[in-house]
Amino acid sequence: MMNQKTPWERMEIIRRKERPTINDYIPLLFDEYFEMHGDRLFGDDCAITGGIASFKGRPVTVIAQVKGRNINENKACNFAMPHPEGYRKALRLARQAEKFHRPVLCFIDTPGAFCGVAAEERGQGEAIARNLFEFVGIKTPIISVVLGEGGSGGALALGVCDELAMLENALYSVISPRGCASILWKDASREKEAAEMLKITAEDLVGFGVVEAVIPEANGDAATGPEETAEQISQYLYKTIEKLSKIDIDLLLDSRYNKFRKIGVYSEG
Amino acid sequence: MLEDLFKIVKTRSAQEPKVPGSKVNIPSNLLFKCPRCGKVMFAEDFEAAKKVCVGCSYHARLTASERLEITADKNSFEEYDADLQSVNPLGFAQYDAKLEELRKSTGLNDAVVTGECTIRGSRCAIGVMDSRFMMASMGSVVGEKIARLFERAAEKKLPVVIFTASGGARMQEGIISLMQMAKTSAAVARHSAKGLLYITVLTDPTTGGVTASFASLGDIIIAEPKVVVGFAGRRVIEGTIRQHLPDDFQSAEFLLEHGFADMVVGRDKMRRTLSHLIRLHTKEGA
Repeated sequence: MMNQKTPWERMEIIRRKERPTINDYIPLLFDEYFEMHGDRLFGDDCAITGGIASFKGRPVTVIAQVKGRNINENKACNFAMPHPEGYRKALRLARQAEKFHRPVLCFIDTPGAFCGVAAEERGQGEAIARNLFEFVGIKTPIISVVLGEGGSGGALALGVCDELAMLENALYSVISPRGCASILWKDASREKEAAEMLKITAEDLVGFGVVEAVIPEANGDAATGPEETAEQISQYLYKTIEKLSKIDIDLLLDSRYNKFRKIGVYSEG
Repeated sequence: MLEDLFKIVKTRSAQEPKVPGSKVNIPSNLLFKCPRCGKVMFAEDFEAAKKVCVGCSYHARLTASERLEITADKNSFEEYDADLQSVNPLGFAQYDAKLEELRKSTGLNDAVVTGECTIRGSRCAIGVMDSRFMMASMGSVVGEKIARLFERAAEKKLPVVIFTASGGARMQEGIISLMQMAKTSAAVARHSAKGLLYITVLTDPTTGGVTASFASLGDIIIAEPKVVVGFAGRRVIEGTIRQHLPDDFQSAEFLLEHGFADMVVGRDKMRRTLSHLIRLHTKEGA
């Protein structure tokens, strides 16, 4: 069934506090989850959770952005806006997965990387860049799923993968519609218009060759059935891990490189 | 401190140097006012100093051709992919008109010029970003030209030098512009895996998606004095924390202090520095 909702309607759905987060999905998707903390350089960033899990009997590494449901949870996870140490923890865990030949499952759900003094001092730009540079060469399958908000570079830092999927109402954008409206028209209130212009829905991204799969949500809204939505995610992951695990690793890395290499629209000559 | 709340703090206009003569009716090409220290110079003196402020040594923005002029050996530059042009993949309002106007006013097709040259005899692949073209934002053309630069350099076993400057990803190309960050970083990784050298020179201003991709990935990262380099925009951060940031926040010197640049090098020493570093990475060595 085609999702008929406008980008703005989807935005309202994914920002609702009832929207299931990774904390809801982890127990539904995995039999066991051992969370691992810290980047071994500076500290632990609670905006990104990561660890080792058992997925249908297979060990996997999970890396996910954490949203809260209320103000206290959101304070603890900084509204899912990671600092550099979060991205560096993600890279450390991806390297660990490579060593032990586990697939990496990334779950994206962030308004963006945190914009603040400490984030700049610790090299937010470098941390994101390093992940883009390293993830393209990690010698194990990587699958990323956008659960809700895919906010710009802060999302992309967990989005260099072999296959990218989006939940049907998820959005993935280079800039928030609000930010776009305020740059374009100096009027942030025109964000609905900007949301249309930016082409940020799952269907749009399939059209651009950025996204490989759209995962249906229960009754068109994950909040109405987290279990059913988790089951859809689970089926997608199972099928995709099976497929990617059979591919020779050098071929897989070439096709990962080409997945990004071929994105771009321009004229020549 | 409470009293700070009532203090009027002069906002630094670092992000957008004012066009001289915009308010007073002085011919715009006569004077240069430094956006960092406010010093006013005759344009002639400023040009003679390679656009470096004599007051504070702020290294002002250069066009791509000015940069190549002072960097590459005479007549050594051969351009790659000059024909690549942006299209409007999202049908974004006013984007086509903006591109057309900038092509006319700058003589460029987009925000980066790439090619090959020698610097004091050392051959390298080179990329220079030009902030006049939509604040050198990265869309498909910038991403493609940078990726091809690294791929060609990998084939020819050449080092790469990039003078970065950018406002970030090009919003008008939506998600496609975001993906250029992954594409360029992947191309850097492939070049790097061949054991080849990549030197980044951060120039004013390098921000957003370019900082969060190829600009931060050099084996050696050089910054020009006093330039602005960061991920998030200064005003965005000021809006979040509701206070003004110190003037040197996100400067070249700030980067050096926090461990994200190897050195700060002035324009007068840039050619020597680059050519020496390149030579130290060849078989013949020093």
